[in-house]
Amino acid sequence: MGLMKKHFQRRHLMEAFMKFIMRTSLVIVAGALGLILWIIIVRGFPSLSWEMVSQIPQGGYYMGKGGGILNAIIGSLYLAAGGTFLAMVFSVPIAMYLKTYLGDSKWGQYVRLSLDVLWGIPSIVYGAFGFTIMLALGMRASLLAGIVILALIELPIMTRAMDEVIRRMPVDLEHAALALGSTKFEVALRVVSRQMLPGITTAILLGFGRGIGDAASVLFTAGYTDRIPTSIMRPTASLPLAVFFQLGSPYPEVRQRGYAAALILTIIVLIVSLGSRWLSARLNKYTVK
Amino acid sequence: MNLSNQIVKLNPNQQSEDRPSRSSAASRARQDRLARNIFFVITLLPVFLILVVTIALLYRSWPILKAYPLNDLLFGKIWKPTDGQFGFGPFILGTFWVTAVGVILSVPPCILVSIYLAEYAHAKTRSVAKPVLDLLAAIPPVVYGVWGLLAIVPFVDEVLAPLSARWLGSISIFSVNQPTGFSILAAGIVLAVMIAPLIISVMYEIFSTVPNDLRHASLAVGATQWQTIRNIIIPQVMPGIVAAIVLGASRALGETIAVLMVVGNIPQIPTSIFDSAYPLPALIANNYGEMMSIPLYDAALLSAALVLLIVILIFNIISMLVIQRMLRRKWA
Amino acid sequence: MLRLYRKQIMDAHIQVKNLNVYYGKQQALKDINIEIPKNQITVIMGPSGCGKTTLLKTFNRFLELTGDTRLTGEVLVDGQNIYDRDVDVTEVRKCVGLLAQRPSPLPMSIYDNVVYGMNIHKMKKDRKEYKAAVRHYLEIAGLWDEVQKRLHDPATSLSIGQQQRLCLARGLAVEPEIILGDEPTSALDPISSQNIESRLLQLKEQYTTVIVTHTLRQAKRLADYVIYMYLGEVIEAGIAHDVFTNPQHERTRAYLEGQI
Repeated sequence: MGLMKKHFQRRHLMEAFMKFIMRTSLVIVAGALGLILWIIIVRGFPSLSWEMVSQIPQGGYYMGKGGGILNAIIGSLYLAAGGTFLAMVFSVPIAMYLKTYLGDSKWGQYVRLSLDVLWGIPSIVYGAFGFTIMLALGMRASLLAGIVILALIELPIMTRAMDEVIRRMPVDLEHAALALGSTKFEVALRVVSRQMLPGITTAILLGFGRGIGDAASVLFTAGYTDRIPTSIMRPTASLPLAVFFQLGSPYPEVRQRGYAAALILTIIVLIVSLGSRWLSARLNKYTVK
Repeated sequence: MNLSNQIVKLNPNQQSEDRPSRSSAASRARQDRLARNIFFVITLLPVFLILVVTIALLYRSWPILKAYPLNDLLFGKIWKPTDGQFGFGPFILGTFWVTAVGVILSVPPCILVSIYLAEYAHAKTRSVAKPVLDLLAAIPPVVYGVWGLLAIVPFVDEVLAPLSARWLGSISIFSVNQPTGFSILAAGIVLAVMIAPLIISVMYEIFSTVPNDLRHASLAVGATQWQTIRNIIIPQVMPGIVAAIVLGASRALGETIAVLMVVGNIPQIPTSIFDSAYPLPALIANNYGEMMSIPLYDAALLSAALVLLIVILIFNIISMLVIQRMLRRKWA
Repeated sequence: MLRLYRKQIMDAHIQVKNLNVYYGKQQALKDINIEIPKNQITVIMGPSGCGKTTLLKTFNRFLELTGDTRLTGEVLVDGQNIYDRDVDVTEVRKCVGLLAQRPSPLPMSIYDNVVYGMNIHKMKKDRKEYKAAVRHYLEIAGLWDEVQKRLHDPATSLSIGQQQRLCLARGLAVEPEIILGDEPTSALDPISSQNIESRLLQLKEQYTTVIVTHTLRQAKRLADYVIYMYLGEVIEAGIAHDVFTNPQHERTRAYLEGQI
């Protein structure tokens, strides 16, 4: 029985080999993130200037003359904020209803499945859909159209995010409230909503991040303009499209500014993404586990 | 006497503060019913939306579906809208090639990473991996496109193409037929990174549904971890793994902007991964501006969107059903 | 902290020396020094949470499967420290088998379950040897008569008592020297429990058996040697008869009388 010493066995070699390629794959994936951020920073930073974030494009901007992309920055912020808010108006009740009334019933499963399916529809299809509706209603490209389409895209993301958080909530709180005689609506209002808070904030930030980065949908619906949007019925610029258009220019200075715009977009998304982690960690302190 | 006075006094106070009377209970019940109905309608929204999107696109693409037989549209090779020729063949093939390359490049590392995270990694490794994956998922497609433009296209052009021309040139799918790096391969590489967080997170969830008892049962007779994974865990979750791959493929199918920026946008039938191509989403995005100027052009592009939608819906519904069922087993 | 040992064990199969186990910052086992006699049934007993399962899991190195565990000291099997750097953990687990609390049949046929471990270690040469071995171990586990006609049915089609016997057969098939039981009958009905217990008693002379139980009655039925634990420490250990009739430590006495 003294023979438990390590000795060569093919299966141990296999195990070591598999661990090696697994670790390598992990490094590759993490490295991809590093590589992406690195390139964007290195190529974008040199062209970053105060002018870019504080001015709208002057005449000839796309041929290398002065100005900035303030129109796109503000346009994107409006689009994402509006879209997220509109999506939230619907996703909060849906998430609450799922939890309080539907739970894990058959019907609840169908709704969750359709949310997942909606989530999988690419933004180009949503954009094309938005376009057909705009045609039918005689609408032109506008901030409003962009907001509606983004809300459509963000709805499943946000609802599912909230749903995931709510599912982990201990049921005891609800049961306690119900046992004390509350109606389900009251439970939803008072108990569930409070517990949902970290889920809601995560969902908002998740949705906002998506809304600010999406190009294929706003291409059809929000149009483009060089001005800062003043009316909800007029077209608006957006950061992703600003990047895209600048990159397509034959002038290298304009392309460089495109890289800088991409950097700005990336920074915004990083802030939102990391911010949501921090925020949900803090808010989790106030809920019962 | 005193007692009855006190009793009389108590009632007026009570009335103003708490009123457990019948009317309050009834109105709360009404409120509950009303809320239940409103919520119910709102919850129907997702199901409703899928139908509306499909019907709207179908309606708008009807003209071209009526004008040409489906065969001609799907398999036709010539795309000249001004001449009334709407062959989607090159675009469908372009989509297929790009998606295939993306999935083939992405899946093996993703499986390995998910197995590692689910079965081997320390909690610390997992806690670092999760933000990395979240960030990769959050990066906007246009930024991926910029990365593809700045890093991947030159890489294909200057490193991979010469290597392939030298060593693999005789194999047609690896032959280098054009001078730029704007290619299916470049798009595939970018897509592979884009869909990786999705595939990894779904597979990770799937692996987590396997109960620890099973792992312990295998380890207790002296199996190595890899033997346990290979013999017990992977067979158990195989449908989920396939579903995750299908999900990744459907995401790659629909990706527009990032692919558009690196794939070359040349409507040809691809013969090699180093060729340029023109996938369906890129077709729609690039030409939507001229949609209304040529007859049937808008219907054509919208029918392209419809084709995408239907394929993606099928992929998604099937894979989501499988995944949801696997995840439910865990909670059960 | 008085620890009292009875007569020296003549033939110790497992020796534990100065064992301390930590889950994160919490100490689960304090300064354990015991011996497990060969080819007898040792029962580790004590109130819940006292560390019996933790101690059991150090014997087949299952402890390291739970995250963040730390261990100091030695666990010697036949004089060799199984936590030594150049010891192969899979060989340890081949030598020290575990019968878990909840029967966990592998998702395959009855036949494949028994063959699984033998396959892993390439213990037999051909199908004939495997088939003979399967029959042999199913007989030892007392399951052969009930399943011989349906060896290729899924293992999950068995009743829970049968599943546990299958797990026993599966564990014995890799020819361990030591069998560990982590409350092996607590998930079973009384008849199946009795069945498993009688199997273990029959196998006692060929294997060293260590069982964790939280029922005193089971301990009394099975034990040749007994270890009583409380709050992570071994309070008393000795020959079953002696400990049960004349416990030396006051805690032991209290436990035996049902106070803890």
